[in-house]
Amino acid sequence: MAEYSALSLLRNAFSGNKDWKPAWRKPDPKPSYDVIIIGGGGHGLSTAYYLAAEHGITNVAVIERGWLGQGNIGRNTTMIRSNYLLPDNIRFYEHSVKLWENLSHELNYNVMFSQRGVLNLAHTPSQMDDFARRGNAMRLNGADAELLSADEVARKVPGLDMSASARFPIIGGLLQPRAGTARHDAVAWGFARGADRRGVDIIENCEVTGFLRDGDRIIGVKTTRGEIRARKTAVAVAGMTGHVMKLAGIDKLPIESHVLQAFVSESLKPFVDPAVTFGSGHLYMTQSDKGGLVFGGDIDGYNTYAQRGNLPIVEDVMSEMIAMFPGLARVRLLRSWGGIMDMSMDGSPIITTGPLPGMYLNCGWCYGGFKATPASGWAFAYTIARDQPHAINAAYTLDRFNRGILIDEKGQGATPRLH
Amino acid sequence: MLITCPYCGPRDLSEFTYQGDANRARPDPASTEQQAWYDYVYQRVNTVGDHKEYWQHSGGCRSHLVVVRSTLTHVISSVGFAREHDERKSATRHKSGGKA
Repeated sequence: MAEYSALSLLRNAFSGNKDWKPAWRKPDPKPSYDVIIIGGGGHGLSTAYYLAAEHGITNVAVIERGWLGQGNIGRNTTMIRSNYLLPDNIRFYEHSVKLWENLSHELNYNVMFSQRGVLNLAHTPSQMDDFARRGNAMRLNGADAELLSADEVARKVPGLDMSASARFPIIGGLLQPRAGTARHDAVAWGFARGADRRGVDIIENCEVTGFLRDGDRIIGVKTTRGEIRARKTAVAVAGMTGHVMKLAGIDKLPIESHVLQAFVSESLKPFVDPAVTFGSGHLYMTQSDKGGLVFGGDIDGYNTYAQRGNLPIVEDVMSEMIAMFPGLARVRLLRSWGGIMDMSMDGSPIITTGPLPGMYLNCGWCYGGFKATPASGWAFAYTIARDQPHAINAAYTLDRFNRGILIDEKGQGATPRLH
Repeated sequence: MLITCPYCGPRDLSEFTYQGDANRARPDPASTEQQAWYDYVYQRVNTVGDHKEYWQHSGGCRSHLVVVRSTLTHVISSVGFAREHDERKSATRHKSGGKA
């Protein structure tokens, strides 16, 4: 029977809620496992879940430096979408949206996936042409997209400044109706509980300090809680990828770590339904179920591992938001924070075997990792279990930069701070 | 974050444009060695700690600078002119046989 159900709620209500089990155990590390996953964030936990659920590999440890879910899984702006242009990306992210659509049921954990749509605003005729092209590419690859006129945009989002005198007048938009948001903490907890109940050990407060090697082969990790051996060692540490891979002797990667800031306002009455993105700059905003406006813009633009940003970007983000929604000028900001993004050289991720024997690498999510959480784990689990990529992540290799087969969605070239 | 420009003194971050990792060395333009170009264009050390990087004082004197800044704390330990830094870098490159 499902662990969380109307019946279990009722039963526990009568027994004073004393019989709930913790969502995951706090086991001590065993001396060895079949698979070690470094990184107890969204992608690491979802990898562990799908290894157990899809491939029957349950002798798995997830090793987390701090507390579960304290990194980017709890720092993002929770948007989920598959509105990409390049076929490799649409296929992958559309697979992710399909997993999201069934995720609460699959995990028996309410991740509050809300398909409220994501609306990209257009401000120039060439942008409308570009949106039509991207919308067609999405529909050809099985995703959904609707090109909206200015009137349709105004009806959908009444708070927008639709006047011709706006600094960047809005002339239309591209809507993906099946896109939306989810509650990010619940995603981490749901995957953690699903993995834990299938036998995966989630080991928190256990920092990897080195790798165990047999010649070239990685045979486990050294941690602050002792040595742990494994046949396969997988790395899913997002912004810390450079640091962890250096411990394995990989000094250089096509990755730079940058900080992305996010913001939340005080709670408001329902103001905006879909997630909205500004087309004459870079801003994306949703309203959470609690009422706060959750929004963000560009990365700060310099290499950093500090989980905090600087003020010029704060000013930039606020001015873009007021350009779109003048009515928000007096709304107070509640909190802001930063997360470390693993910016790749073409803006697309890496999910691959290697680069050393016995090792598997999942990184390069730039600032689009949250929406990929289920598909990233699903594809990484497949890659680990079968020692070869699935068709949906076959293009996300590490050597694509050397071979000249980049997946550069934005066409920015090897300048990670611009992706 | 304040950067102390050698000409203009301490100025706000918003006056500066980031131009990336200054540890990389561009191969000889005549070189056709793919690995060297791949290393230069795509590979990064992605330093944790003191990071040598280019900034331009684009909203000021327009000098190109080399700044050493901690990527953990944002504390800046030195600022110099990019020209002097790159001349030193190219001198060591020529001494070591011309290969980057």
